[in-house]
Amino acid sequence: MIPPQFGYFAPSTVDEAVELLERYDGEAKVLAGGMSLIPILKLRLAEPVALVDISRLQDLSYIREEDGWLRIGATTIVNDLHDSDLVREKYPIFHDATSVIADPLVDNMGTVGGNVAHGDPANDLPACMLVLGAQLVAQGPKGSRTIPVREFFVDTFETALEDSEILTEVQVPAPRPRQGNAYMKIEKRAGDFSIAAVAANLVLNRNGTVEDAGIALTSVGPTSLYAEAASNHLAGASPDEATIGRAAELAEEIAEPVSDLRGPAEYKRAMVGVLTRRTLGKALARVGGG
Amino acid sequence: MAVAERQAGEDGIPPTYPITVSVNGKEHEATVEGRTLLVHFIRDTLGLTGTHIGCDTTSCGACTVLLDGRAVKSCAILAVQADAREIRTVEGLETDVLHPVQKGFVEEHGLQCGFCTPGMMLASVDLLEKNPNPTEDEIRHGIAGNLCRCTGYVNIVKAVQFAAKKLQEDGQGGGT
Ligand SMILES: Cc1cc2nc3c(=O)[nH]c(=O)nc-3n(C[C@H](O)[C@H](O)[C@H](O)COP(=O)(O)OP(=O)(O)OC[C@H]3O[C@@H](n4cnc5c(N)ncnc54)[C@H](O)[C@@H]3O)c2cc1C
Repeated sequence: MIPPQFGYFAPSTVDEAVELLERYDGEAKVLAGGMSLIPILKLRLAEPVALVDISRLQDLSYIREEDGWLRIGATTIVNDLHDSDLVREKYPIFHDATSVIADPLVDNMGTVGGNVAHGDPANDLPACMLVLGAQLVAQGPKGSRTIPVREFFVDTFETALEDSEILTEVQVPAPRPRQGNAYMKIEKRAGDFSIAAVAANLVLNRNGTVEDAGIALTSVGPTSLYAEAASNHLAGASPDEATIGRAAELAEEIAEPVSDLRGPAEYKRAMVGVLTRRTLGKALARVGGG
Repeated sequence: MAVAERQAGEDGIPPTYPITVSVNGKEHEATVEGRTLLVHFIRDTLGLTGTHIGCDTTSCGACTVLLDGRAVKSCAILAVQADAREIRTVEGLETDVLHPVQKGFVEEHGLQCGFCTPGMMLASVDLLEKNPNPTEDEIRHGIAGNLCRCTGYVNIVKAVQFAAKKLQEDGQGGGT
């Protein structure tokens, strides 16, 4: 399969990249790892006039903690996120996710920014960012703005990014005391997108009740879904079996799975419940002392 | 070095791009279309047919090469993306002697039809460079992007274990 004709640009700064996107006014596409975009071009599901390759912008490849945030540059490859000791120790939910994203070869190209900006409800990193209350930094012709991730996903393959905007950084709040989180996915075969997957984050009060909770779902709706009612149900409660069970039911209720080769809708919905209970259990086990 | 410098063209879009790619230690200059896939450049322009095309949909790993040392699937990478970078293909593994990974596949019978083997070996080279002493689980994860329809993977895992041991005995990395 050979993609349609397009122009290729390799800008050396973000400003230059934004300028190119503006010049082609919606007709150019950002190319990051290309692991989603190039297969799409090969299938001719999109025919952009030009590609603007941001993967060479080394300035956008970093993972660091600063001012109470974990900052991940958009062109950081998935494998670098996976190999980060900082992430494995303090943000284990991302390590859970990178362990089940695609395979090592795809993860050597695919970027963190691309995994979010693509707006694919089957991508695994968005749900993790939703439960942690991350924010995304976008740079466009009018400068930089910050978008809460819970306002980012509009529809399948549609995000809050404007045509001429580039996602430059993902910002994740540093962990609070007594916080634990986890991500679990059910897949048909190694390296495949999920049948369903669930992210969970818990912050406990000193007395063991839940101060703050987040649950989000992958592959069971038009976008990655933040399960607000389920998350709110946990807040203030004791994280016992009954509360977790009810939260799992509430998570199932917002899922909008469709039947496809990965399974019937009822099965996927049931798996959302199962995974919600399991991830909450794992998150709880990971809550640090203090 | 200038990266895929634009040439003059209508609406600012050049029809072709000059690229310089180092392949197995040798510099190659060529002119390619923006849409030329890296795997086609390697096979058709350079004539290095050890890099195979299998599924052509980023699933099977037959087209695996090392790009700046990392194993990647060349059927979903553009040749222009490799401009000013280094590629290693299966033809670049052997020096005066077989690479320990190649030796492992021979000794442990890590192949039957051989179609997946070049990709499998390059994924193994990348794995061993990062993790010289992998567990069986880590090996299986390391080759998860490479499909084999013949062996059932058992002998491939043994081949990688053989290579890991040999590399350590030889006291070198997974590299040259
Ligand atoms: C075989 C296979 C299996 C996979 N399995 C999984 C899986 O299990 N889980 C999973 O999460 N993913 C999976 N993926 C997808 C993979 O992780 C992609 O790499 C990722 O979704 C997109 O990242 P990318 O850097 O390759 O983006 P690209 O393909 O380069 O871009 C994707 C889209 O996002 C836009 N974009 C990218 N970066 C930016 C940016 N910084 N600013 C603005 N727009 C941007 C592009 O314009 C394009 O529209 C799989 C892919 C393959 C090929």
